[in-house]
Amino acid sequence: MSIIEIFFWLLSGLAIFSAIMVLISKNPVHSVLWLIVVFFAISGHYILLNAQFLAIVNLIVYAGAIMVLFLFVIMLMNLNADADPQKNVWLKVIGIVTGGLLLTVLVSAVRSSNDLVNRSAELKTGSIGLIKSLGITLFNEYTVPFELSSILFLSAMVGAVVIGKKE
Amino acid sequence: MPIQYYITLSAILFCIGVTGVLTRRNAIIIFMCIELMLNSVNLLLVAFSKMPPVSKAVSAAATGADAQLFVFFIMVVAAAEVSVGLAIIVMMYRNVHSIDVNFLNRLKN
Repeated sequence: MSIIEIFFWLLSGLAIFSAIMVLISKNPVHSVLWLIVVFFAISGHYILLNAQFLAIVNLIVYAGAIMVLFLFVIMLMNLNADADPQKNVWLKVIGIVTGGLLLTVLVSAVRSSNDLVNRSAELKTGSIGLIKSLGITLFNEYTVPFELSSILFLSAMVGAVVIGKKE
Repeated sequence: MPIQYYITLSAILFCIGVTGVLTRRNAIIIFMCIELMLNSVNLLLVAFSKMPPVSKAVSAAATGADAQLFVFFIMVVAAAEVSVGLAIIVMMYRNVHSIDVNFLNRLKN
């Protein structure tokens, strides 16, 4: 077992454990913190796959910006004590069973697929994920979507201000 | 690393997100579970982008960069979605003084 594989299993276990902790934490602030751990683990996976640009963007955008926004809203509303008034156990059981069934279907589909046999993702090699090659592709072939995303951001900003405004 | 491991990891994370959306009633937690599902799909796309193509005619650099840019655009859309969604949640809290999604049943009757 090489060190890469050890890192893979370590990061996978960390991601799954933290994702479960996001679910079962009573306090929303703890959920946010565990979700940040999930994002760090996924960024570690990106680094293992040599997608350095996406690893950094994932950290900056998700762990940096989006999660701070979540924390800000939670603290603004003062929701530290999670009031779960309707304790419907059956709803939880049915939800967990549904998720488990979906997982079973997906995993069995992956296991029975013939196309995926002997296919592997290359770790620690390749220059696809470096900033230079991604930037060349982004500004040559994806210029229009890039500009459209700026309009999307502008409309999201205006929408957030309009929705959040006190009338 | 076999691609099945990455697919399984992404499926597990996605199903945890689905379970969270179905079981939790806190709107912010539901929103965070949606983010978790988006991230699992991103991880799967990046893993697929590092898969060497079957036919030698296709160069790996051309196909892989597309996949990673799709991940980039997913992050862009997710950031815009979060800003609007959190504004909606704040508005909902202002109106019903709770973020429990069970209170949002006025359209039912």
